[in-house]
Amino acid sequence: MNSPEVLKRTALFELHRQAGAKIVPFAGYAMPVHYAHGIIREHLHTREKAGLFDVSHMGQIRVCGPDAAQLLETLMPVDIVSLPRGRQKYGLLLNASGGIIDDLMVTRTGQEDYLLVVNAARKDFDLNHIRARLPDSLEVEMQADQSLLALQGPRCARVMEKLGHDLSNMRFMQAQQLKLAGVPCWLSRSGYTGEDGFEISVDDNHAAEIAACLLKDDDVQWVGLGARDSLRLEAGLCLYGHDITEHTTPIEASLLWAVSKARRTGGPRPGGFVGDDIVLAQIPRNVAKRLVGFSPAGRALIRPGAVIEDMAGRAIGQVTSGGFSPSLGRPVCMGYAVVGQCSEHNRLNAVVRDKRLPVAVTKLPFVSPNYYHGPAVNQGRQTRKQT
Amino acid sequence: MSTRYTDDHEWAREEDDLIVVGITDYAQQQLGEVVFVELPDIDRVLEQGEEAAVIESVKAAGEVKSPVSGTVVAVNQALEDAPEKINEDPSGTGWIYKIKPADSVWLTDLMDEGAYQSLVESLA
Repeated sequence: MNSPEVLKRTALFELHRQAGAKIVPFAGYAMPVHYAHGIIREHLHTREKAGLFDVSHMGQIRVCGPDAAQLLETLMPVDIVSLPRGRQKYGLLLNASGGIIDDLMVTRTGQEDYLLVVNAARKDFDLNHIRARLPDSLEVEMQADQSLLALQGPRCARVMEKLGHDLSNMRFMQAQQLKLAGVPCWLSRSGYTGEDGFEISVDDNHAAEIAACLLKDDDVQWVGLGARDSLRLEAGLCLYGHDITEHTTPIEASLLWAVSKARRTGGPRPGGFVGDDIVLAQIPRNVAKRLVGFSPAGRALIRPGAVIEDMAGRAIGQVTSGGFSPSLGRPVCMGYAVVGQCSEHNRLNAVVRDKRLPVAVTKLPFVSPNYYHGPAVNQGRQTRKQT
Repeated sequence: MSTRYTDDHEWAREEDDLIVVGITDYAQQQLGEVVFVELPDIDRVLEQGEEAAVIESVKAAGEVKSPVSGTVVAVNQALEDAPEKINEDPSGTGWIYKIKPADSVWLTDLMDEGAYQSLVESLA
């Protein structure tokens, strides 16, 4: 499977190798898919303590200049104008058909300064897309020398506290600049696992130092891309290229919540983004297919590409993400089904190796999130309901 | 009690007049943590090289191709509840099925231990 072209390496590549990582090609990078402990244990460690992920392959695009918020709003159905400094939002870049070019996190890092974190496989495309549509008065730069670490799990805040940072007033989707072990970092309280946690943007020269500093804590352990995928699947989070593509709209992908009310019909700034006519006409559920969860009745895994049939044997959908859920000890999957078949508990079949495997339509997520909403809110609910 | 090997990393071992089949330690390491095994039906007639079982790990699905032709007479039901036995003990409690070999079967057509070890070393 070794590709002849040279794979890019993140600043942490040597650390991964020393930690016993199995390295695989991913979006043009040589990335750790798992370490010595294996995917299941890394997954469970993240749900119980704190997993450290190298996600430096992702794109960090800085957008700044006059009217940056208004201009970014022309590309995304998101309320960016009223996003306060130090706050983050989930965003979607759309094409003229309302299809999703990429999903991203946008943080307001300054008065007219924004940081977009985009998918590795899409970052060059995104950069060109944004530059082509926004005026030259805006600076749109890939932060190519920035690493990105994700620290995820219920012990993350405690890890930070031991490093001298009480972050009890920093809530989910907030962001701030912080000196970690003396190194300036951009920290956001977010991630891609459904857990409380932080994403840490730091320059490449200091990335290994920050990783080593976090790994000194007994609760922190490296976690690879394999567990990152199973964690996000349990949390019902979409994977670009699988669950969302240029051929799926936010409404089809059950991402209506990611279309800000301010940008919908009747809101203060309705439309005005690429693909607005199609997306707004689809609200609330004027679509033919929709993304839902499927709970398999048996133990066989149902992987992306499996066709979903109704009880009469008609193909009515397809699995876009699927695998084993380490937290639940059983397979889970999600994918598209025609809207008439999307009601909860509806029984369908997935076709795997010419066999019909029963599944039931399920609400997402499979594992409820454990985000931190502030000291008062989270008191007494630190333990997750066990399934 | 000699064990023979295929170049697809299955092992086959004589046990009375039957042949027990499983996957090798190398194969389970490549697959990673096994979470599901689709066993063949009893009485199924298999040709050598035909897909007999599917082993699913967290990473991928792997086929078990029958090392010999014959009729399936037993399957390791314990794998349904404990598929991880394939990782823990691939050549013992992680066996997959037992086959009554067709008359023409000669286990010595497969690789012996030494030849198989050389193959694995060449893949490292």
